[in-house]
Amino acid sequence: MQIQLNGEARTLEADASVAQLVELLGLTGRRIAVEVNEEIVPRSVHDETRLAADDRVEIVHAIGGG
Amino acid sequence: MTDFFQDAPLRVAGREFASRLLVGTGKYRDMDETGEAIAASGTEVVTFAVRRTNLGQDAAAANLLDVVPPERYTLLPNTAGCYTAQDAVRTCRLARELLDGHNLVKLEVLGDDTTLYPNVVETLAAAETLINDGFDVMVYTSDDPIVARELERLGCCAVMPLGSLIGSGHGIQNPHNIRLIIEQASVPVLVDAGIGAASEAAQAMELGCDGVLMNSAIAHARQPVRMAGAMRRAVEAGREAFLAGRMPRRGGAEASSPLAGRINA
Repeated sequence: MQIQLNGEARTLEADASVAQLVELLGLTGRRIAVEVNEEIVPRSVHDETRLAADDRVEIVHAIGGG
Repeated sequence: MTDFFQDAPLRVAGREFASRLLVGTGKYRDMDETGEAIAASGTEVVTFAVRRTNLGQDAAAANLLDVVPPERYTLLPNTAGCYTAQDAVRTCRLARELLDGHNLVKLEVLGDDTTLYPNVVETLAAAETLINDGFDVMVYTSDDPIVARELERLGCCAVMPLGSLIGSGHGIQNPHNIRLIIEQASVPVLVDAGIGAASEAAQAMELGCDGVLMNSAIAHARQPVRMAGAMRRAVEAGREAFLAGRMPRRGGAEASSPLAGRINA
Protein backbone atom coordinates (compact mmCIF):
# COMPACT_ATOMS: atom_id res chain seq x y z
CA MET A 1 0.00 0.00 0.00
CA GLN A 2 1.01 3.58 -0.43
CA ILE A 3 1.02 6.25 2.28
CA GLN A 4 2.13 9.88 2.43
CA LEU A 5 5.09 10.11 4.80
CA ASN A 6 6.28 13.63 5.67
CA GLY A 7 4.73 14.83 2.43
CA GLU A 8 6.21 12.15 0.19
CA ALA A 9 4.74 8.96 -1.22
CA ARG A 10 6.04 5.77 0.34
CA THR A 11 5.20 2.13 -0.26
CA LEU A 12 4.60 0.03 2.79
CA GLU A 13 3.55 -3.52 3.51
CA ALA A 14 -0.25 -3.74 3.85
CA ASP A 15 -1.49 -3.50 7.43
CA ALA A 16 1.83 -2.24 8.80
CA SER A 17 1.69 -0.70 12.26
CA VAL A 18 3.05 2.69 13.26
CA ALA A 19 5.69 0.88 15.34
CA GLN A 20 6.79 -1.12 12.29
CA LEU A 21 7.09 2.05 10.21
CA VAL A 22 9.14 3.73 12.95
CA GLU A 23 11.40 0.69 13.14
CA LEU A 24 11.77 0.54 9.35
CA LEU A 25 12.99 4.14 9.45
CA GLY A 26 15.54 3.38 12.18
CA LEU A 27 13.77 5.71 14.59
CA THR A 28 12.83 3.29 17.35
CA GLY A 29 13.66 4.81 20.72
CA ARG A 30 14.35 8.24 19.20
CA ARG A 31 12.56 11.32 20.49
CA ILE A 32 9.92 11.71 17.81
CA ALA A 33 6.19 12.33 17.61
CA VAL A 34 3.84 10.72 15.12
CA GLU A 35 0.65 12.08 13.62
CA VAL A 36 -1.64 10.14 11.27
CA ASN A 37 -4.24 12.11 9.32
CA GLU A 38 -3.68 15.08 11.61
CA GLU A 39 -4.35 13.09 14.78
CA ILE A 40 -1.56 12.40 17.29
CA VAL A 41 -0.73 8.73 17.72
CA PRO A 42 0.64 8.44 21.27
CA ARG A 43 3.80 6.39 21.69
CA SER A 44 1.90 3.96 23.92
CA VAL A 45 -0.28 2.83 20.99
CA HIS A 46 2.30 2.70 18.16
CA ASP A 47 2.24 -1.11 18.30
CA GLU A 48 -1.48 -1.53 17.94
CA THR A 49 -2.14 1.32 15.47
CA ARG A 50 -2.42 -0.06 11.92
CA LEU A 51 -1.84 2.16 8.94
CA ALA A 52 -4.16 2.18 5.92
CA ALA A 53 -3.61 3.09 2.29
CA ASP A 54 -3.44 6.85 1.66
CA ASP A 55 -2.82 7.65 5.33
CA ARG A 56 -0.97 10.92 5.78
CA VAL A 57 1.78 10.30 8.32
CA GLU A 58 3.95 12.98 9.87
CA ILE A 59 7.01 12.18 11.97
CA VAL A 60 8.60 15.16 13.71
CA HIS A 61 11.42 15.89 16.10
CA ALA A 62 12.99 18.81 17.96
CA ILE A 63 15.38 21.11 16.10
CA GLY A 64 17.12 24.38 16.90
CA GLY A 65 14.88 27.41 16.76
CA GLY A 66 14.04 30.63 18.56
CA MET B 1 28.38 43.58 52.95
CA THR B 2 26.39 41.49 50.57
CA ASP B 3 26.50 41.67 46.80
CA PHE B 4 23.25 39.84 46.40
CA PHE B 5 19.81 40.92 47.45
CA GLN B 6 16.71 38.83 47.61
CA ASP B 7 14.58 38.57 44.47
CA ALA B 8 11.50 36.47 43.88
CA PRO B 9 11.86 33.80 41.21
CA LEU B 10 10.22 34.21 37.82
CA ARG B 11 6.91 32.35 38.09
CA VAL B 12 5.27 31.03 34.95
CA ALA B 13 2.24 28.76 35.19
CA GLY B 14 3.27 27.37 38.57
CA ARG B 15 6.89 26.83 37.57
CA GLU B 16 9.69 28.84 39.19
CA PHE B 17 12.94 30.00 37.62
CA ALA B 18 15.88 31.83 39.18
CA SER B 19 17.14 32.93 35.75
CA ARG B 20 15.12 35.51 33.84
CA LEU B 21 16.88 34.87 30.55
CA LEU B 22 15.18 32.45 28.17
CA VAL B 23 17.04 31.38 25.05
CA GLY B 24 16.46 29.86 21.65
CA THR B 25 18.46 27.06 20.06
CA GLY B 26 18.58 28.17 16.42
CA LYS B 27 21.39 29.50 14.21
CA TYR B 28 24.35 28.00 16.10
CA ARG B 29 27.30 26.57 14.21
CA ASP B 30 26.81 23.09 15.61
CA MET B 31 25.37 21.16 18.54
CA ASP B 32 28.48 21.66 20.68
CA GLU B 33 28.27 25.42 20.37
CA THR B 34 24.52 25.28 21.06
CA GLY B 35 25.08 23.36 24.30
CA GLU B 36 27.99 25.52 25.46
CA ALA B 37 26.24 28.82 24.79
CA ILE B 38 23.08 27.69 26.52
CA ALA B 39 25.04 26.56 29.56
CA ALA B 40 26.93 29.88 29.66
CA SER B 41 23.68 31.85 29.50
CA GLY B 42 22.60 30.37 32.83
CA THR B 43 19.12 29.89 31.40
CA GLU B 44 16.63 27.41 32.73
CA VAL B 45 14.15 27.67 29.85
CA VAL B 46 15.11 26.72 26.32
CA THR B 47 12.90 27.05 23.27
CA PHE B 48 13.10 24.88 20.17
CA ALA B 49 11.22 24.23 16.94
CA VAL B 50 9.34 21.14 15.76
CA ARG B 51 10.05 19.92 12.23
CA ARG B 52 9.66 16.88 10.05
CA THR B 53 12.33 14.29 10.77
CA ASN B 54 14.74 13.92 7.87
CA LEU B 55 14.15 10.34 6.90
CA GLY B 56 17.08 8.31 5.79
CA GLN B 57 19.40 10.62 7.73
CA ASP B 58 21.99 9.04 9.95
CA ALA B 59 19.94 7.90 12.91
CA ALA B 60 22.93 8.38 15.21
CA ALA B 61 23.27 12.10 14.33
CA ALA B 62 23.31 14.42 17.33
CA ASN B 63 19.85 15.33 18.48
CA LEU B 64 19.08 18.75 19.94
CA LEU B 65 17.58 17.13 23.03
CA ASP B 66 20.96 15.48 23.69
CA VAL B 67 22.62 18.89 24.25
CA VAL B 68 19.61 20.44 26.00
CA PRO B 69 18.30 17.49 27.98
CA PRO B 70 14.77 17.79 29.38
CA GLU B 71 16.11 16.62 32.75
CA ARG B 72 18.23 19.76 33.01
CA TYR B 73 16.19 22.44 31.25
CA THR B 74 12.54 23.35 31.02
CA LEU B 75 11.85 22.88 27.35
CA LEU B 76 9.64 25.35 25.57
CA PRO B 77 8.55 24.05 22.17
CA ASN B 78 7.56 26.87 19.84
CA THR B 79 5.35 27.21 16.80
CA ALA B 80 7.87 29.19 14.74
CA GLY B 81 7.04 28.99 11.07
CA CYS B 82 3.28 28.63 11.62
CA TYR B 83 1.07 31.08 9.75
CA THR B 84 -2.34 29.79 10.84
CA ALA B 85 -3.92 28.99 14.19
CA GLN B 86 -4.58 25.47 12.93
CA ASP B 87 -0.91 24.77 12.16
CA ALA B 88 0.17 26.24 15.49
CA VAL B 89 -2.27 24.05 17.42
CA ARG B 90 -1.15 20.95 15.49
CA THR B 91 2.48 21.78 16.22
CA CYS B 92 1.81 22.18 19.94
CA ARG B 93 0.03 18.84 20.10
CA LEU B 94 2.98 17.18 18.35
CA ALA B 95 5.34 18.85 20.80
CA ARG B 96 3.32 17.61 23.76
CA GLU B 97 3.59 14.07 22.42
CA LEU B 98 7.29 14.57 21.74
CA LEU B 99 7.87 15.60 25.36
CA ASP B 100 5.62 12.99 26.98
CA GLY B 101 2.80 15.29 27.98
CA HIS B 102 4.77 18.46 28.83
CA ASN B 103 2.23 21.23 28.26
CA LEU B 104 4.21 24.51 28.34
CA VAL B 105 4.51 26.04 24.87
CA LYS B 106 5.57 29.22 23.16
CA LEU B 107 2.84 30.21 20.73
CA GLU B 108 3.77 32.33 17.76
CA VAL B 109 1.66 32.72 14.65
CA LEU B 110 3.31 34.80 12.00
CA GLY B 111 1.80 37.16 9.48
CA ASP B 112 4.26 37.01 6.61
CA ASP B 113 7.76 35.82 5.91
CA THR B 114 9.40 39.18 5.29
CA THR B 115 8.51 40.77 8.63
CA LEU B 116 7.73 37.64 10.69
CA TYR B 117 5.35 40.02 12.44
CA PRO B 118 2.75 38.25 14.57
CA ASN B 119 -0.70 37.72 13.10
CA VAL B 120 -2.67 38.65 16.19
CA VAL B 121 -6.02 37.41 14.85
CA GLU B 122 -4.65 33.90 14.34
CA THR B 123 -2.65 34.14 17.58
CA LEU B 124 -5.77 34.91 19.62
CA ALA B 125 -7.65 32.01 18.00
CA ALA B 126 -4.80 29.57 18.60
CA ALA B 127 -4.35 30.71 22.21
CA GLU B 128 -7.99 30.03 22.98
CA THR B 129 -7.93 26.53 21.46
CA LEU B 130 -4.67 25.62 23.19
CA ILE B 131 -5.77 26.85 26.60
CA ASN B 132 -9.02 24.87 26.29
CA ASP B 133 -6.89 21.85 25.42
CA GLY B 134 -4.88 22.17 28.64
CA PHE B 135 -1.74 23.93 27.39
CA ASP B 136 0.15 26.60 29.34
CA VAL B 137 0.66 29.21 26.67
CA MET B 138 3.49 31.76 26.65
CA VAL B 139 2.52 33.94 23.73
CA TYR B 140 4.61 35.95 21.30
CA THR B 141 2.74 39.05 20.22
CA SER B 142 3.05 42.60 18.96
CA ASP B 143 3.70 45.44 21.41
CA ASP B 144 0.02 46.42 21.29
CA PRO B 145 -1.23 46.75 24.90
CA ILE B 146 -4.83 45.95 23.95
CA VAL B 147 -3.86 42.69 22.26
CA ALA B 148 -1.64 41.83 25.24
CA ARG B 149 -4.60 42.38 27.55
CA GLU B 150 -6.85 40.15 25.44
CA LEU B 151 -4.25 37.37 25.43
CA GLU B 152 -4.02 37.56 29.19
CA ARG B 153 -7.84 37.54 29.47
CA LEU B 154 -7.93 34.33 27.41
CA GLY B 155 -5.63 32.73 29.98
CA CYS B 156 -2.12 32.95 28.52
CA CYS B 157 0.43 32.37 31.30
CA ALA B 158 2.94 34.91 29.94
CA VAL B 159 2.73 37.69 27.39
CA MET B 160 5.80 38.18 25.21
CA PRO B 161 5.75 41.33 23.08
CA LEU B 162 8.42 41.90 20.47
CA GLY B 163 11.09 44.53 21.04
CA SER B 164 11.52 44.73 17.27
CA LEU B 165 11.34 42.27 14.37
CA ILE B 166 12.56 38.70 14.95
CA GLY B 167 16.27 38.39 14.22
CA SER B 168 16.63 42.12 13.44
CA GLY B 169 18.71 43.11 16.47
CA HIS B 170 17.00 46.53 16.49
CA GLY B 171 16.39 46.46 20.23
CA ILE B 172 13.26 47.83 21.85
CA GLN B 173 11.62 50.13 19.33
CA ASN B 174 8.75 51.23 21.53
CA PRO B 175 9.69 51.13 25.21
CA HIS B 176 6.55 53.12 26.09
CA ASN B 177 4.31 50.34 24.79
CA ILE B 178 6.32 47.72 26.64
CA ARG B 179 5.87 49.74 29.82
CA LEU B 180 2.11 50.05 29.21
CA ILE B 181 1.88 46.29 28.78
CA ILE B 182 3.84 45.69 31.98
CA GLU B 183 1.76 48.15 34.01
CA GLN B 184 -1.54 46.49 33.19
CA ALA B 185 -0.43 42.84 33.22
CA SER B 186 -0.84 40.42 36.08
CA VAL B 187 1.03 37.62 34.26
CA PRO B 188 4.76 37.79 33.46
CA VAL B 189 5.76 40.03 30.55
CA LEU B 190 8.89 39.05 28.60
CA VAL B 191 10.42 40.84 25.66
CA ASP B 192 10.77 38.23 22.94
CA ALA B 193 12.53 39.17 19.71
CA GLY B 194 14.61 42.09 18.61
CA ILE B 195 17.25 42.19 21.34
CA GLY B 196 20.68 42.64 19.75
CA ALA B 197 22.92 44.05 22.47
CA ALA B 198 23.45 43.38 26.16
CA SER B 199 22.41 46.98 26.90
CA GLU B 200 19.05 46.28 25.25
CA ALA B 201 18.50 43.19 27.37
CA ALA B 202 19.28 45.30 30.44
CA GLN B 203 16.90 47.99 29.16
CA ALA B 204 14.06 45.46 28.91
CA MET B 205 14.62 44.46 32.51
CA GLU B 206 14.95 48.08 33.68
CA LEU B 207 11.56 48.77 32.11
CA GLY B 208 10.20 46.15 34.49
CA CYS B 209 9.96 43.12 32.23
CA ASP B 210 9.89 39.82 34.08
CA GLY B 211 12.29 38.26 31.62
CA VAL B 212 13.83 38.34 28.16
CA LEU B 213 13.84 35.70 25.44
CA MET B 214 16.53 35.85 22.78
CA ASN B 215 18.27 33.70 20.20
CA SER B 216 20.10 35.60 17.44
CA ALA B 217 21.75 38.08 19.81
CA ILE B 218 23.72 35.18 21.22
CA ALA B 219 23.93 32.79 18.27
CA HIS B 220 25.01 35.48 15.78
CA ALA B 221 27.55 37.17 18.05
CA ARG B 222 31.17 36.78 16.94
CA GLN B 223 31.74 34.69 20.06
CA PRO B 224 28.38 33.20 21.01
CA VAL B 225 29.48 31.48 24.23
CA ARG B 226 31.04 34.69 25.50
CA MET B 227 27.96 36.71 24.52
CA ALA B 228 25.76 34.22 26.34
CA GLY B 229 27.61 35.09 29.56
CA ALA B 230 27.30 38.81 28.79
CA MET B 231 23.55 38.46 28.32
CA ARG B 232 23.23 36.56 31.56
CA ARG B 233 24.87 39.41 33.43
CA ALA B 234 22.97 42.09 31.49
CA VAL B 235 19.63 40.55 32.43
CA GLU B 236 20.74 40.26 36.06
CA ALA B 237 22.02 43.87 36.09
CA GLY B 238 18.83 45.17 34.50
CA ARG B 239 16.70 43.29 36.98
CA GLU B 240 18.71 44.53 39.96
CA ALA B 241 18.58 48.09 38.62
CA PHE B 242 14.81 47.85 38.21
CA LEU B 243 14.39 46.61 41.78
CA ALA B 244 16.81 49.25 43.14
CA GLY B 245 14.89 52.03 41.39
CA ARG B 246 16.72 54.55 39.25
CA MET B 247 17.34 58.16 40.34
CA PRO B 248 14.88 60.77 39.15
CA ARG B 249 15.74 62.73 36.01
CA ARG B 250 16.46 66.44 36.63
CA GLY B 251 16.29 69.46 34.37
CA GLY B 252 19.70 70.78 35.38
CA ALA B 253 22.95 69.71 36.98
CA GLU B 254 23.24 68.85 40.65
CA ALA B 255 26.73 68.64 42.12
CA SER B 256 27.68 65.43 43.83
CA SER B 257 30.27 67.17 46.05
CA PRO B 258 29.16 69.55 48.83
CA LEU B 259 29.37 73.27 48.18
CA ALA B 260 30.40 74.03 51.79
CA GLY B 261 34.11 74.11 52.66
CA ARG B 262 35.45 74.99 49.24
CA ILE B 263 38.89 76.70 49.52
CA ASN B 264 37.74 79.71 47.52
CA ALA B 265 34.55 80.28 49.55
